Amino acid sequence: MSLRRTLLGAAALIAFATPAVAQDVAITNATVVIGDGSAPIQNGTVVLRGGKVVAAGAGVAVPAGIRTVDAGGKWVTPGLVVAVTDIGLFDVEAVNESNDSDSKSPFNAALDLSPAINPLAQHIAVSRAGGVTRAAVAPIGTGAIFGGQGAIIDLASDGQPITQARAFQYVELGEAGARAAGGSRAAAHAVLRNAFMEARELARRGGGQGADPRLQDAAPERPGDALLTRFDAAALVPVVTGRQPLYVRTERAADIRMALALKADFPALKLVIVGASEGWMVARELAAAGVPVLATPLNDLPASFEQLAATQSNVGRMAAAGVRVGLGAFGDQPRYAPQYAGNLVSLTRVPGASGLTWGQAFAAISSVPAAILGMDSRFGSLKPGLSGDVVIWDGDPLETTSGAVQVFIDGVEQSLENHQTKLRDRYKVPTEGALPKAYEW
Amino acid sequence: MRTRSLIAGAAALALLATPGLAKKKDPEPSPAAKAAREFNKDPYPSTYKPYPGEATALVGATVFDGAGGRIDNGTVLFADGKVVAVGGADLAIPANYRRIDGTGKFVTPGIIDIHSHLGDYPSPSVDAHSDGNEATAPTTPDVWAEHSIWPQDPGFSRALANGGITALQILPGSANLVGGRSVTLKNVYARTIQGMKFPGAPYGLKMACGENPKRVYGSKGRMPSTRMGNMAVNRATWIKAKEYKAKRDAGKLESRDLAMESMVGVLEGEILIQNHCYRADEMALVLDMAREFGYKVTAFHHATEAFKIGDLLKASGTCSAIWADWWGFKMESYDGIPENAGILHKTGACVVIHSDDENGIQRLNQEAAKAQGDARRAGIDIPDAEVIRWLTLNPATAMGIDKQTGSLAAGKMADVVLWNGNPLSVYSRPDKVWVDGALLFDAADRKRRPVSDFELGQVGEGDVK
Repeated sequence: MSLRRTLLGAAALIAFATPAVAQDVAITNATVVIGDGSAPIQNGTVVLRGGKVVAAGAGVAVPAGIRTVDAGGKWVTPGLVVAVTDIGLFDVEAVNESNDSDSKSPFNAALDLSPAINPLAQHIAVSRAGGVTRAAVAPIGTGAIFGGQGAIIDLASDGQPITQARAFQYVELGEAGARAAGGSRAAAHAVLRNAFMEARELARRGGGQGADPRLQDAAPERPGDALLTRFDAAALVPVVTGRQPLYVRTERAADIRMALALKADFPALKLVIVGASEGWMVARELAAAGVPVLATPLNDLPASFEQLAATQSNVGRMAAAGVRVGLGAFGDQPRYAPQYAGNLVSLTRVPGASGLTWGQAFAAISSVPAAILGMDSRFGSLKPGLSGDVVIWDGDPLETTSGAVQVFIDGVEQSLENHQTKLRDRYKVPTEGALPKAYEW
Repeated sequence: MRTRSLIAGAAALALLATPGLAKKKDPEPSPAAKAAREFNKDPYPSTYKPYPGEATALVGATVFDGAGGRIDNGTVLFADGKVVAVGGADLAIPANYRRIDGTGKFVTPGIIDIHSHLGDYPSPSVDAHSDGNEATAPTTPDVWAEHSIWPQDPGFSRALANGGITALQILPGSANLVGGRSVTLKNVYARTIQGMKFPGAPYGLKMACGENPKRVYGSKGRMPSTRMGNMAVNRATWIKAKEYKAKRDAGKLESRDLAMESMVGVLEGEILIQNHCYRADEMALVLDMAREFGYKVTAFHHATEAFKIGDLLKASGTCSAIWADWWGFKMESYDGIPENAGILHKTGACVVIHSDDENGIQRLNQEAAKAQGDARRAGIDIPDAEVIRWLTLNPATAMGIDKQTGSLAAGKMADVVLWNGNPLSVYSRPDKVWVDGALLFDAADRKRRPVSDFELGQVGEGDVK
């Protein structure tokens, strides 16, 4: 009975901390960032209604009777969009029991990450408190060339994270892919092309159709020399038919070219290059192919032989060449997105370096990754009709000393409390008071 | 510093003065016993020599002196490799000085990273380069990081150009309870590691608590496999060190022991303990262990839970060398919070921001700024000039080089960074970096950018990085 009471109490607390419904709100007296690459707007207003952005900018009228939040000159932006990341797939990365990001399953392309995502993981709460409201979750630590199907999530505290399951297929080429395929890039390309041909053949026989292509009761017969499991082959049908994007993790210029060359044989592929440390060397080809990039932003070391040309100017050079570049695949905390973007702005003041304007840099962590995810009509900027994903910051959001002070997702104001904030409050004064620290909560 | 290479004569003198021994006829120590106490403590001496520099006057910039001071529209003079004077706009500038206009810019001492693996885990990070952990025994005080470091690591150049790093401590890794000796370097490329060694810097000894040693050795079916095993092996090692020291002082050793020489160096205060440790409870145990055996923990590294015991750390005079906000990547880092630095600072304990990372070392200034912002949001306001101390004088002190560098004071090494804006802003980068008064990075001169041997003739050679 006491357990039941505790559970009820906990549920009540969560419900109390997080209003479940969107509130209509007007945020006034703000420096408004639309997120589409435009410059910040002074003294602007953002109106949210029914969970959506109704208006944002200067000269926006505040509807009568609506709750008003005076931002007092603070900055208001769309929520940050981080693609790709592995948050939600672990509680503690090095605690294997809690980590779902590295699968040794006999399946690969068929793996659907969405059921593995834990919306209550502290990393999600901490990222939310850092202003991140949407993410594309991919199996960054996969042991096969196909990592499976990533999901697009929101970071709200309502426990319902999935915006879109099976949003893209993730494949490792380069050194990691070579290792997974048996030790060489040649093997990785053979595995990849064979898989696509098996998927194309399956599609020709009528397989892999439907909302979840893996599930088909009346499955067509397949050739006897098929290497992929039926489940994996079916999962790749949407990839070869262009219904599901293929995210290719690769760093070396030559590897990016090889990835682009796949389109000659599989023209329907919708490629996105992830990582791309040497992307600047093939920027014109990427731009000509219309293939976007989710770039690891500040790689500047020859961390491997496939990153010898790495430079922080990579993103700026690609953008200047007309490549659509979002920041992502940091391999560390999603809340670092603004710091990475800010660094790209700093490069514009370094002789000989290439960076981004402030507006471009903010777009690279909001509307651009949203567009690459195919979600720019859902979120990523403060254009009317988009989700009410809004963050209020206590200063320039790209500045290292700034932080998020209020976060809305789908118009719902979020709790910014988490394990860290509670520890902070408990230990602001480290020494014990009248009772042990364990009683301070 | 030549004095460090003198034989350990002091111990021998102390022995002669010991009353208990004076009563008996002191037997002549064996040649082996003499060798064990009269050895060269600096067998791989620094050959670093400052490069030539111009007498320089930085004028009109905001100066953070590294010791907590701030001068707006300040003047910094340096010549012959040393800081000559630091003052305001009224400071007289000798006629032969080259004036550099720093209007709108900022000056700090060279940034110092107390925790780096550049060279012993260099780029490219291939297996053949993995030289940071002698993970074949849980205590390896006999290994020296300087014998692993590849001086051609491209990481040194990025640390200089983007991070303004002028000095850094290279540590062995944390697989072992006692990982070996660290070495402090000037961030100046040289053909040999001796050519990079910071003259006169004391050695550090890397120790590690917690998950790593027990995991690495437990998985080999060896002790330690638990935290209590960690402590037992540590204590046994200190007991052995004390016995070694007593025997050595009594002239009864029959051979030298490299491992014990490192441990005894700590007991004698010549070698500084740099202790990887995450959890507050473990740090408190280590502080008691240090009291048990009579040594000092100079700094805890990583120390993600230091904020829980700021009072204990203040009392023991132990610095916390920390990240701004890394957390949750391993179990013992789960309680890390971004206010760690702020709470420690407010408690009066010593804060050092460290990198332990070849990327992070390029942005220690930004890490400090993040910690400052998170502290401010928690109601702890820390002035910029104090925050800069976390990257300059505090690490210098914890590395035992604060008499030579770490702040802009007359007579100290002219290790200086001119930033193109406030270094605590994400939008700022080093404009020029001097080491011992020599201009070794200049953003406006592409040839004042080091290119390691490894990068020559390869894509990206000499590119902006």
